[in-house]
Amino acid sequence: MNQSTLKNKLDQTKAPIYEALEQFRNRRVVPFDVPGHKRGRGNPELTAFLGEQCVSIDVNSMKPLDNLCHPISVIREAEELAADAFGAAHAFLMVGGTTSAVQSMVLTACKRGDEIILPRNVHRSVINALVLCGAVPVYVNPEVDHRLGISLGMKLEQVERAIKEHPNAVAVLVNNPTYYGICSDLRGIVKLAHEHNMLCLADEAHGTHFYFGKDLPVSAMEAGADMASVSMHKSGGSLTQSSFLLAGPNINEGYVRQIINLTQTTSGSYLLMSSLDISRRNLALRGEKVFEQVRKIAEYARTEINSIGGYYAFGQELINGDSIYDFDPIKLSVHTLDIGLAGIEVYDMLRDDYDIQIEFGDIGNILAYLSIGDRTQEIERLVSALAEIRRCCQRDKTGMLTQEYIPPQVVASPQEAFYAPKESRPIMETEGMVCSEFVMCYPPGIPILAPGEKITKDILEYIRYAKEKGCSMTGPEDPEIEHLNVLAEVTNKTY
Amino acid sequence: MDLWFSEKHTPDVKLSIRIKKQLFCSESDYQRIDIFDSEEFGRILSLDGNIMLTERDAFIYNEMIVHVPMAVHPCIEKVLVIGAGDGGVVKELTRYERLKHIDLVEMDPMVVEACRQYLPGNTCQLDDRRVNIHYENALKFIRYCENEYDLIIVDSNDPYGPSEGLFTKEFYGNCFKALREDGIMVNQQGSPFYKQDADAMQRSHQRIVATFPISRVYQAHIPTYAAGYWLFGFASKKYHPLDDLNADSWNKLQLRTKYYTTNLHKGAFYLPAFLEEMLEAVEQ
Repeated sequence: MNQSTLKNKLDQTKAPIYEALEQFRNRRVVPFDVPGHKRGRGNPELTAFLGEQCVSIDVNSMKPLDNLCHPISVIREAEELAADAFGAAHAFLMVGGTTSAVQSMVLTACKRGDEIILPRNVHRSVINALVLCGAVPVYVNPEVDHRLGISLGMKLEQVERAIKEHPNAVAVLVNNPTYYGICSDLRGIVKLAHEHNMLCLADEAHGTHFYFGKDLPVSAMEAGADMASVSMHKSGGSLTQSSFLLAGPNINEGYVRQIINLTQTTSGSYLLMSSLDISRRNLALRGEKVFEQVRKIAEYARTEINSIGGYYAFGQELINGDSIYDFDPIKLSVHTLDIGLAGIEVYDMLRDDYDIQIEFGDIGNILAYLSIGDRTQEIERLVSALAEIRRCCQRDKTGMLTQEYIPPQVVASPQEAFYAPKESRPIMETEGMVCSEFVMCYPPGIPILAPGEKITKDILEYIRYAKEKGCSMTGPEDPEIEHLNVLAEVTNKTY
Repeated sequence: MDLWFSEKHTPDVKLSIRIKKQLFCSESDYQRIDIFDSEEFGRILSLDGNIMLTERDAFIYNEMIVHVPMAVHPCIEKVLVIGAGDGGVVKELTRYERLKHIDLVEMDPMVVEACRQYLPGNTCQLDDRRVNIHYENALKFIRYCENEYDLIIVDSNDPYGPSEGLFTKEFYGNCFKALREDGIMVNQQGSPFYKQDADAMQRSHQRIVATFPISRVYQAHIPTYAAGYWLFGFASKKYHPLDDLNADSWNKLQLRTKYYTTNLHKGAFYLPAFLEEMLEAVEQ
């Protein structure tokens, strides 16, 4: 038995959903239920494309396979095993992506009018949840690394100040880590939150491996956080859209389930659920070794990229004990501005010229996502392509914009602004008005503008530049982002 | 007993060779390595089930990938060979006394070990004092080279598998950088016959054309490779493969060959119409 199984109470070699599906398949049950493709027979083209193995387990809830809305047998067991593997009191299998996990987490903690303390560089799903429930955000402006142009973590003293100024807030939400791998002092924030009777919620969309690897930043459950949303499908290897919501001992499991059921499908996909089950088993049994390997690959990539010259692949040397309390060493982010290319430009060149798809590029950086599937030979391609891009396309960097964090001016709550009377205006004429929708580059999906925020000159300039450099902008009703929805004149006047 | 080795050239076409005996079989960090003995083709090296060489027809490949550039560039001294852990290309190269230095970069030491044991006729020149073997990823090795080589020979496996990185724009770009100002790169370019091979051949040709000022393709007949019809790429910074052929001086060397001649050299660059069309399609 290996190290990681020793710390668990349950037998992590089990995968109850997977085992139940195998049994079910062998019984050759005749389907007179949904899905209507009937093990693929009714849709031969789909079956040829996805494979018979795959479509034959695309089945509906039934007694032997349990029901995601109210798990009592194999899904329940899978959730208990997941809770055990992640060191949580409860774990919920999520099939609507980590977006649904984050939303359920926020909706569990907040009701209409409640205040929630959070960093502004959250994923859109967090603010979406505020639109749904009517809670009011209290933003902690993250520190910014001016050279790299990235938002950092929340300083403990900033969180403390926000708590003092908003003593009635119900929760503090923390990115653990950010997309770029930056961690705040999660243990310290949990302690502060609990001292003031607030919950601590963690968005761990990019932190699955913290639960399994050695010498990685602390995971939310270990730090004592109350809830965490964990993107098993990112570094953990399960299918896209599958995720875990974790809860600590102070959270009422039944209430969380009710909240999840408000928005989650009643036809949970067994492809997604079995992928969670099998991936959890894999990480519980082999995660430590696997992530050690990923970490080595990341360190190697950083060394090689930094030896090209011009690029800066940043790592744990950034740690400053506060706004960069810790750094996730398996994140591979590279600062590109010093070769005169925006991150998004390098991102496009890698794909168009070198057939290499990375996670995202922003104004100053690119991020290559490393996970359990990576091998050194692909890293060599990435590094060599970066070396070639520098050799062939390096430019003078004069005139390149550094990404700056623009502190939001919140005028109305996200829900209020989203549902208020609004009008569409040409984007460049909206300075000074209040935006009623999101604007963001996707990925990373961190809003530049959220509903209820004032549109400033800096923000408009930033949007113009990001569009010009080729960032994929999303959020507004107008897909071309030539127009923005703002609060209607009558409403606007009052602000 | 009737024991056959089959390699699928497409899902619907295969080449089968009757095997006398399997001599070696092992899984390395990168691939499965097999060596067989056969009546018709002698010993056979297979990587991941693809024939790399047979004793019977390897001479065609080795001669065509080595002598074509050697007969064009008048003063090649330093050569980089990528892949080629079987030693065949190096053996052909070491016949030139004027070569001073040969770097061989092979990622998989087990290929070299297995060939030393079972294909000694191939590997016999790997211990030549001019040969330096580097067990390393070729993309990494070449990233660190600048203006160093007169000739780079890319003796890779096919583009689907561990050799994939050797068919990429980043690799060809790094080769360009590693070559001197009159350097030549020769690579095995696959077969143009079956669709999947042809697509890969076109893609790599497109990338080489984008990287080198001179880029031509030449052909040879190799019975155990897909369709028995194989291509090589000749990419160069200065020398043209036909205009700059030094037939007289090469013939003066009096190297005995079984396939290559300076007349064949010229003919090898005259391609069938369908192939010309495929190449032109990606040359714009």
